[in-house]
Amino acid sequence: MSALLQVDGLRVRLPTPAGPATVVDGIDYRVEPGEVFGIAGESGSGKTMSVLALMGLLPPGAAVEGHAVFEGRDLLRLRRRQLRRICGRELAMVFQDPMTSLHPMLSVGTQLTEHVRLHLGLGRRDAAERALELLREVRIPDPDSAVHAFPHQFSGGMRQRIAIAVALACRPTLLVADEPTTALDVTVQAGIIRLLDRLRSESGLTIVLITHDLGVLSAIADRVSIFYAGRVVEAGSRTDVLGRPRHPYTRGLLDALPHPEAAAAQLVAIQGAPPAPRHVPPGCAFHPRCRYARAACREAVPPLVPVNGRALACPVDPLHPGAPT
Amino acid sequence: MSTALAPEKPLRPRLSRRWFPPALRQPLTLVGATIALVWFLVAALAPLVAPYDPLEQAFVPFESPSAGHLFGTDELGRDVFSRVVYGARISLPLGVLLVVLASTIGGVLGALAGYFRGWADGAVMRVADLVFAFPAIILAMVVTAALGRGLTNAVLALVIVAWPSYARVVRSLVLSVGDSEYVWATRLLGTSARRALVREVLPNVVGPVLVLATLDVGNAILLLSGLSFLGLGAQPPAAEWGSMVATGTQYFQFWWMGTFPGLAIFTAVLAFNFVGDSLRDVFDPRTARESRERL
Amino acid sequence: MSALELRDVVVEYERRGLGPVRAVAGASLEVERGQIVGLVGESGCGKSTLARAAVGMVAPLAGTIRFEGREVKPLTRGARPHELARLQMVFQNPFSSLNPRRRIGDQIGDALAVLDLAPRPQRAARVAQLLEQVGLPAGASRGYPHEFSGGQRQRVAIARALAASPSVIVLDEPLASLDASAQAQIANLLVGLARELELGLLLISHDLAIVRHVADSVAVMYLGLIAETAPTPDLWATPLHPYTEALIGAVPHADGAGTLPDALPGEVPDPSRPPSGCRFHPRCPYAFDRCRIEEPALVELAPGRSAACWLQRPGDPSTLPSVRAASRLAPAAPAE
Repeated sequence: MSALLQVDGLRVRLPTPAGPATVVDGIDYRVEPGEVFGIAGESGSGKTMSVLALMGLLPPGAAVEGHAVFEGRDLLRLRRRQLRRICGRELAMVFQDPMTSLHPMLSVGTQLTEHVRLHLGLGRRDAAERALELLREVRIPDPDSAVHAFPHQFSGGMRQRIAIAVALACRPTLLVADEPTTALDVTVQAGIIRLLDRLRSESGLTIVLITHDLGVLSAIADRVSIFYAGRVVEAGSRTDVLGRPRHPYTRGLLDALPHPEAAAAQLVAIQGAPPAPRHVPPGCAFHPRCRYARAACREAVPPLVPVNGRALACPVDPLHPGAPT
Repeated sequence: MSTALAPEKPLRPRLSRRWFPPALRQPLTLVGATIALVWFLVAALAPLVAPYDPLEQAFVPFESPSAGHLFGTDELGRDVFSRVVYGARISLPLGVLLVVLASTIGGVLGALAGYFRGWADGAVMRVADLVFAFPAIILAMVVTAALGRGLTNAVLALVIVAWPSYARVVRSLVLSVGDSEYVWATRLLGTSARRALVREVLPNVVGPVLVLATLDVGNAILLLSGLSFLGLGAQPPAAEWGSMVATGTQYFQFWWMGTFPGLAIFTAVLAFNFVGDSLRDVFDPRTARESRERL
Repeated sequence: MSALELRDVVVEYERRGLGPVRAVAGASLEVERGQIVGLVGESGCGKSTLARAAVGMVAPLAGTIRFEGREVKPLTRGARPHELARLQMVFQNPFSSLNPRRRIGDQIGDALAVLDLAPRPQRAARVAQLLEQVGLPAGASRGYPHEFSGGQRQRVAIARALAASPSVIVLDEPLASLDASAQAQIANLLVGLARELELGLLLISHDLAIVRHVADSVAVMYLGLIAETAPTPDLWATPLHPYTEALIGAVPHADGAGTLPDALPGEVPDPSRPPSGCRFHPRCPYAFDRCRIEEPALVELAPGRSAACWLQRPGDPSTLPSVRAASRLAPAAPAE
């Protein structure tokens, strides 16, 4: 089965007042149709930039290398017009803050129908019918009144559902969600997680879910990729990566989370902070903060290699730290 | 048991007070700053720069620009170049004075309104609204007409017209900065509101006011020239750019009489606008950069 | 006598043209020295407003707030009374809680100057000591806020609060704006400081998982009222209020198991028009007639445990699963 999205060697360099900064440094991953693919990382890991590169939404002056093949076309090589035809139609995106991603002055109905009329050429009546259908799909109560309402009249969770509905208007094959639940309360977040899960199982929608919250990924992602300082450090199935993490950073992230089961008083924090894009340490970017670091870690960037069904960029085996590899 | 963790090294400073912020290195800023500097020098060294006395009517009138008279001569046989040079001595210092007075008066009133709230706030803001209701030039005309023509009264009129913008800006800054968490934090320590105003709020208000003031100098020069153009500011025989333009409109065929003073106004105003714009960029991106950490 | 005591506090604020909103409708809390009390709740529950009232930033409409036995009077234009200086606050946003134009050493040292806690020649040394206490190098005092990361700035904010030698610190979502790494570090720092300096901490947060690790006891707030209070392990093991149960069920676990979190039906109502009777009843899977009519008071059910729910009886608190079984109610269908 061929991948829906295949990203190879993605590199993104952004201009900064102090010189160019490499925010994405050689990312590879593939997203299979019908799955929820999770990208996890903290700020500065490049997770958002890597996705903005796919959609052509990088700030001016950014340099991009690599390939991102989506349904046979390399998104990074398309002209603006061709990319615009795909985005919103076959490839859609949902952002963190629904207050800024929805137009404050257009009614919900207009925002929903605008898309379908533009991309699919539907007439007014068909488009209006589609708008109601979309609102029902995302479980907005009373869709008939909702189409005439404006975004600010809804709560944060409802707005995010509307944003998802707008993204789904043209029945895209791939939905990219960048921190869709970060700004929401935990009970509202649970609702959005369930919604995304249902969309995946009912309509076969493929979802790329970007978040720093490993709990969210653990709930719905099928496969997960962990980003650190612009590189992938570990990737694999959710049960492997989050249930039995191997990379020291992944283990560190999970240990730093308050475990509901653990009664331990101290959170095991990873010392230090993620590096800024211009100050990435040589060799393995994580080595200054890693308790298993050895001399070899400083010398070369560890390659992402397959290990027992997952991909791992670390030569040290955390279960046997002293053992040579 | 010590709670000290491995100390983190602070990130390298992005905007040191020592070196020249990149925002000021824009080409337009340098152009603007240079032009403004040139005009200030011209004004200061006018007797040295101008070849002739601006009031001396010794020459052949309506002479077009030549080697002897770079900008030609006017209807009374005065050297236009010298008059433009001496005109800088009126427009620039008065423009700056105007802004300093307006910003000080407006700033103080705005700060008091923001600090005391209540009836003081209401009073200041309603008077400001009253002034805002009139177009600037109309109000200035009315005041000058009431007080009598002349440069002093023109400046006074323009100060009356200009202070409300500063009052409004300073009041809103005092209110918003005054509500910032670091001000609350210092109040919780026991700092009185007055001391917090002086030590925490006002230093953060100075920046935006400075931007506004710099941009306003250009405006002030323009308004002053405008009033003189209308005959309400500088009176003959004073060499003022605005009145020179006014005379120039009566003698259109002798284009040099009005064009050069007009160009002087244009370049001076533009220069201050460029400098003001980049000052704004110096202050804004810093706050924009600090506001969000997540990539 | 508790270090910080809030009793039946009511806080209202005006909304332009829409009338007053009762953000806090009668909440009671206590914090002892050396104890960490977590106050959790979702958006609009009034926890931040309650925190501000506790330190005197907003004036309560009713109720009493006492710090070390003394009434906490709201801040006026004058200086805050020196006795209250030992009640401090740390804010959520580390970017806006420090003055961008002053060196952090000066800002930390403010307390020493204003409260006269150290003569001028010794202030620099005390600032260095405070910086060390929060895990920052002494040289940092010469820096400006924009030179530091979010986690570091939050440490500075904590140091500033510590400079006043407080006995109670109220922290309003201190971890919310931080990265995962920084969150864990700052959480550990707070616990360490509370134990070492015998500080009482009132930690407001929407993040239940962190509160579970840090707090000794937890109060859960919903729509302006306290729904339940309990020692932390008891709250998680046997929540007595249906909202607490829902809140705990909604937190996803990062264990790789793929379990979907439970969603709570409905939405938080507008605080200016709360539901009749128990404020939670429209969304409660166990609601019965009395819940719609009468608002339950926060009642102590067992030592240290209180809940505001008609299902509970003092002296005989019932765990919710047993309530469910007893009345043969079907488990609530997960909502979306």
